[in-house]
Amino acid sequence: MVTDRTLADDLRGLDALDTPRMEPARRGAAVWAAVWPKLLAVGLALAAWQAVVWSGWRPRYVLPGPGAVFSRLGSELTDPRFAKAVTVTMQRAVTGFALAAVLGSLLGLAVSQSRILRRGIGSLITGLQTMPSIAWFPFAILVFKLSEAAILFVIVVGAAPAIANGLIAGVDQIPPLLLRAGRVLGARGPAAWRHVVFPAALPGYVAGLKQGWAFAWRSLMAGELLVIIASRPSIGARLQFARELSDATGLMAMMIVVLVIGILIDGLVFGALERHIRRTRGLLAGR
Amino acid sequence: MKAVLAPTRPAAPPAAAITIEGVSKTYGDGRSPVVALDHLSLQVAAGEFVCLVGASGCGKSTLLNLIAGIYRIDEGTIATGAHRVGLMFQEPALFPWLTVAQNVEAAMRFRGVPRDRRRARAAELLDLVSLGPCATWRPHQLSGGMQQRVALARALAQDADILLMDEPFGALDAMTRDVLHDELERIWQASPLTILFVTHNVREAVRLGDRVVLLSSRPGRVVAEFPVALPRPRRIEGGPVSTLAATVTDALRREVHRHGH
Repeated sequence: MVTDRTLADDLRGLDALDTPRMEPARRGAAVWAAVWPKLLAVGLALAAWQAVVWSGWRPRYVLPGPGAVFSRLGSELTDPRFAKAVTVTMQRAVTGFALAAVLGSLLGLAVSQSRILRRGIGSLITGLQTMPSIAWFPFAILVFKLSEAAILFVIVVGAAPAIANGLIAGVDQIPPLLLRAGRVLGARGPAAWRHVVFPAALPGYVAGLKQGWAFAWRSLMAGELLVIIASRPSIGARLQFARELSDATGLMAMMIVVLVIGILIDGLVFGALERHIRRTRGLLAGR
Repeated sequence: MKAVLAPTRPAAPPAAAITIEGVSKTYGDGRSPVVALDHLSLQVAAGEFVCLVGASGCGKSTLLNLIAGIYRIDEGTIATGAHRVGLMFQEPALFPWLTVAQNVEAAMRFRGVPRDRRRARAAELLDLVSLGPCATWRPHQLSGGMQQRVALARALAQDADILLMDEPFGALDAMTRDVLHDELERIWQASPLTILFVTHNVREAVRLGDRVVLLSSRPGRVVAEFPVALPRPRRIEGGPVSTLAATVTDALRREVHRHGH
């Protein structure tokens, strides 16, 4: 006869055998393992750059070496005009991206819920996404003149379709079983959206936001080169002035700033968010 | 516990929990409709444990979805009175973004149960399925059997007094399945739960059920019923379970052979 006592013992034994053993993570080692390949890659890239400079392929005033560029970057970082430019650029990036996130999310929400809207504009959204944002600038300048609005408009047009598409793809990829489970548990209407559909679609949505950020940053840089407002110094404007003054060192220092800001936000904000989601849902391979 | 005192439950308990009368369901329309259920009638008494067996295509899952109100009935009626119906699938179908306890709470959240009552009840139910210590874990950290127990706790959290189970242990290894049989039986005996349990495993049906109902395939109808008058708890390997399972399997074979001609 099976008694409760042996049943409990059976369960405990099975559970212990079945439970994945979790290795205590050694944080320092994990960080180092993630960092050294990156450091090596940066080192190799700098070495290749220096090698090209030493080969004498282009004169130093056209193609300066990493040493000159980084010492220039150091002096830029302490320059108040540089700080002002970064502030203006980041303000535009955050405002533009936030607008794109709101509009893109509303659009994605509407399209993922309505079959007619999907048939009507589903492929149009993907089409918009493939359109290079720089192609929007002549139109934007015509409509909004050389203004902040022209830049914001192009950021939104560039980023919102990617965000909408991410949300739509996220909703489409929800396993039907989870939706059924939600229905069985009594999830209806807005509650079902909030507690089942949206969390289930979150991985796709975050991927869309990440891609949207990349498009927004690209659009913003293109915009700042074209739309230069005298009272509003920006990273793009400094890049453009450096080209006009044939200041190759300053130009390359600004390019490094553009690259680093793009990578930092992508990795520290969206990459971290993505990793967190994958870890809590058990989607991270043990690497 | 009821069954410890009495060797079997009363043969005809007073009230019916589920009354199915002349229910038909056809899938697809136009040229090739598939009749899943054809005028099926069945009664399940309150507190009864009924197992449905049948070959594939007998509409077992269809029937459960009709009772749960997920699919629309083409013809006939299904009455469950004032009972709340819970449904459990073959897959645990837990929400991967919630902890184990939050998954159990989700069933109550949609019914508007206040937060502290949800918390307390979820803890109670997790203890019931012996998973109290795993409350803050994520579903992916649990084995298939443990996930299925969370799913059972979640189904019970709907405050269901009718539990529909669609091959819930079909994907588990034999050892885990046997232990979960004991577990489910214990929970059922300690509560006024009515269970309709679908399986293709005849021994499992005889191990668990007060009654085994055999369905025909395409279209699904009740072909035969086998009352299981064996004392509980039963052993799935035991002689009495095997003997009755052999009888049911013979009837199932005859039913399947009918389709070979």
